[in-house]
Amino acid sequence: MAEIRKKGFKELSPIDVYMLLPKTNCKECGFDNCMAFAAKVVNREINIKDCPPLLTKQFKKQYQQLSEMLKPAVKEITIGTGEKAVKIGGKLVMYRHEFVYFNPTPIAIDVTDEMSEGEIVNRVKQTEEFSYVYIGQTLKLNMIAIRSTSNDPEKFKAAVKKVIENTSLPLILCSFDPNVIESGLMAAPKSRPLIYAATKENWREMAELALMYDCPLTVFAPNDLKLLRSLTKTLLEYGVKDLVLDPGTFPTEGLADTINNFTIIRRAACKHGDELFGFPIIGVPMTAWLDKSDSPAEVVMWKEAYLAGMLIVRYADLLIMHSLEGWVLLPNMILRQNIYTDPRKPVAVEPGLRTFGNPNENSPVMMTTNFALTYYTVASDIEASGVDSYLIVVDTEGIAVDSAVAGRKLTAEKVAEAIKESEIENKVKHRKIIIPGKAARLSGEIEQLSGWEVIVGPKDSSGIPAFLQQKWGK
Amino acid sequence: MANRPEKEIGIKLDPMLFELLAKFQEIELEDVEMDVGDLEIWLQPSATAISQITPKLITPKAKPTTIIEVEFTPPLEQYPGQIVEVKLGATKSEGGTRGRNIILGGEKSPAFCMFENPMPNPPVISLDVFDMRIPLAKAVKMHVAEVMEDPAAWAKLAVEKFGADMVTLHLISIDPLQKDTSPEEAVKTVEEVVQAVDVPLIIGGCGDPKKDLAVFEKVAETFSGERFLLSSITHDMDVEKAALTAKKHGHVVLSFTPMDMNLARELNRKLYEFIPKDHIVMDTTTAALGYGLEYAFTIMERARLAALMGDQELQHPMSSGTTNAWAAREAWMKMAPEWGPRELRGPIWETITALTLLFAGVDLFMMMHPAAVKTLKDVVNELLSGHSGRAERIAEWITVRT
Repeated sequence: MAEIRKKGFKELSPIDVYMLLPKTNCKECGFDNCMAFAAKVVNREINIKDCPPLLTKQFKKQYQQLSEMLKPAVKEITIGTGEKAVKIGGKLVMYRHEFVYFNPTPIAIDVTDEMSEGEIVNRVKQTEEFSYVYIGQTLKLNMIAIRSTSNDPEKFKAAVKKVIENTSLPLILCSFDPNVIESGLMAAPKSRPLIYAATKENWREMAELALMYDCPLTVFAPNDLKLLRSLTKTLLEYGVKDLVLDPGTFPTEGLADTINNFTIIRRAACKHGDELFGFPIIGVPMTAWLDKSDSPAEVVMWKEAYLAGMLIVRYADLLIMHSLEGWVLLPNMILRQNIYTDPRKPVAVEPGLRTFGNPNENSPVMMTTNFALTYYTVASDIEASGVDSYLIVVDTEGIAVDSAVAGRKLTAEKVAEAIKESEIENKVKHRKIIIPGKAARLSGEIEQLSGWEVIVGPKDSSGIPAFLQQKWGK
Repeated sequence: MANRPEKEIGIKLDPMLFELLAKFQEIELEDVEMDVGDLEIWLQPSATAISQITPKLITPKAKPTTIIEVEFTPPLEQYPGQIVEVKLGATKSEGGTRGRNIILGGEKSPAFCMFENPMPNPPVISLDVFDMRIPLAKAVKMHVAEVMEDPAAWAKLAVEKFGADMVTLHLISIDPLQKDTSPEEAVKTVEEVVQAVDVPLIIGGCGDPKKDLAVFEKVAETFSGERFLLSSITHDMDVEKAALTAKKHGHVVLSFTPMDMNLARELNRKLYEFIPKDHIVMDTTTAALGYGLEYAFTIMERARLAALMGDQELQHPMSSGTTNAWAAREAWMKMAPEWGPRELRGPIWETITALTLLFAGVDLFMMMHPAAVKTLKDVVNELLSGHSGRAERIAEWITVRT
């Protein structure tokens, strides 16, 4: 099987896609013509399956060619079934700015087959319930990794059973012993867990299991890219199509290898069209727990936390972690959300006037930026205050207050203009505007340009309720 | 361009094919099982016989029985551009009083592609010191409470206890909206810090372009030859005056722009008229994790790649005000118990903000919390150590008892 160098993502143009479409401009897809459809396809905004004629027998060949042409550099792999199934990989590009990263890195939390039933249930429950609301999105954990610390197939089976009784989250079954894995697979029929892992010793048995149970399979070749690539080749030849690559996560000594290996794999796939490395990469920050020795648990958790962060930035498509502490997981879940946002769209809300409650002509007027996070935080704090208010959202191109002031995206001119455009002058009798504490430096200029009196508000919007009660209530 | 793997395969195809064939043991044809004897008959080179067989049937799906070895060559790239090296701090023999100097930049590859090119100069950490008492997050304050009104003692603590490579002295009291202290008073504070520590220094202003320039002029002149990094020069400053001041007195400048590559290029271009390229460090703005970090990351990563691809106006070492991580309320606020103590949440916030930007290409980190500083230093040292990990050891993560 010769390895073909795929056309790089950047090189694909709408014309390439258009040439293979029916070119009838039938509009069945909802667009005016096939060229418009092609442009959307290249942008990954729609799927070629949205072109009904393309799905007919007549265009079978073109459909296949298009599928091949549009295939991501990193294969997309599904783990689990049903609503909570996760997709990993599916990356088109190496660098975020080249397009957008798809499939935010799922985080799996581990349990072991030697934990008590109570402990397993408790960890699974904590994993399921862990959530944080951030810019109107609920951030969640995604999977359970079951480790066989006992190496006993019966114990492993019991642990897997216990887990699936308590959750529908997708599973990763972890053991290097094929007998243990098989016993786990039998306990989780048709749930399509990820098998961890095939090695240079056990790959044949693991491949058989992956085929028999139709599961994706991890390939583990710590710090040996030639072996990793050879195993991938071998497993593909064997018929296992859905692979996940683990070049090893070295928590301390060897960290450089880990960063090098992750980078090499992703570069080979995205920039050099290497199909053998065109699979998702799994990172295991949990390896931090190997070094625990006499360290306090917090030190190990700390290491696990920053390892996870490094791997989210450096191309990990899936992570296995142990710590369930909020301070370990929260920064990483937010980092993942950040890195996986579409860089073409600023995380911003519409600028303009907002009202809270039923403000009247004496109600306070506040001002903030249109960075989504700033806006939602300020909005929830104003709501918490229970004071009927106006809020003018100034267009800072989606930048937060302090950065916007430093970067001249929030200026007195912009504020004065926003006041005018909001027509707030017809809505209130007073001429007092409360500005964020972090924009204090603009006070004088705003007063000059707008003619409004500036009241400097709190530096953090959590101070808004108290501020309104003290300064406005009177 | 470097060796592409498919070329390797092309060359090695024949021996590999041989190997492949030699290793096939089980052969399956669709669902029909047959022994090798049958197959031999099928594969007789008889044109008529073969033409009647569908192509599927003559391509047996076979399972390998041993590992098929394939070659692997790391995908190396060559870049036409290189980041300039900027020297901070001057020793006695160089006309200053610093114990050592620090060189930033010089990269020929994207950040930490160590398999391609070694990092010529390790990234550097500068700790923040303020010239007046300011509100600090509790987690930071607990470490510096004793020295908050003594910048010299604060600088000493940063270097001697927290391992700072450099110190950033933020002259915020000069702000007309704060104490509006005079350039002469600023010089006095700088003098105290210069006496207290011998690391290279960054002189930070208050953000008011006029006042900052006035103070920079006075400080640059008084400490002529020290090779301070003046932080920072902005578009709304008198760029000519600021750059000439730095050049005349042997200092270097931080070119600061608001998250926009074009503005960064533009300001650098302006600076080139007055100061050599290797006197400029650039900062395209750092936003906190959760508060726009992705913008900061992507602009830095893009700028660095563009520089390596030959964009002359972006070939500068990059600096990050990583302290901005503390603007995230998750870093400093008391939250429900499940989110852990802010004494841990805060510094991990700064750490992860720093590590994210480390991979975008930042060379100089201006930071705040000692734990974040230590972690970043440890990680950088480990990454540059050349130590390899023990493969057999990490396999044990599956069975480790936590």
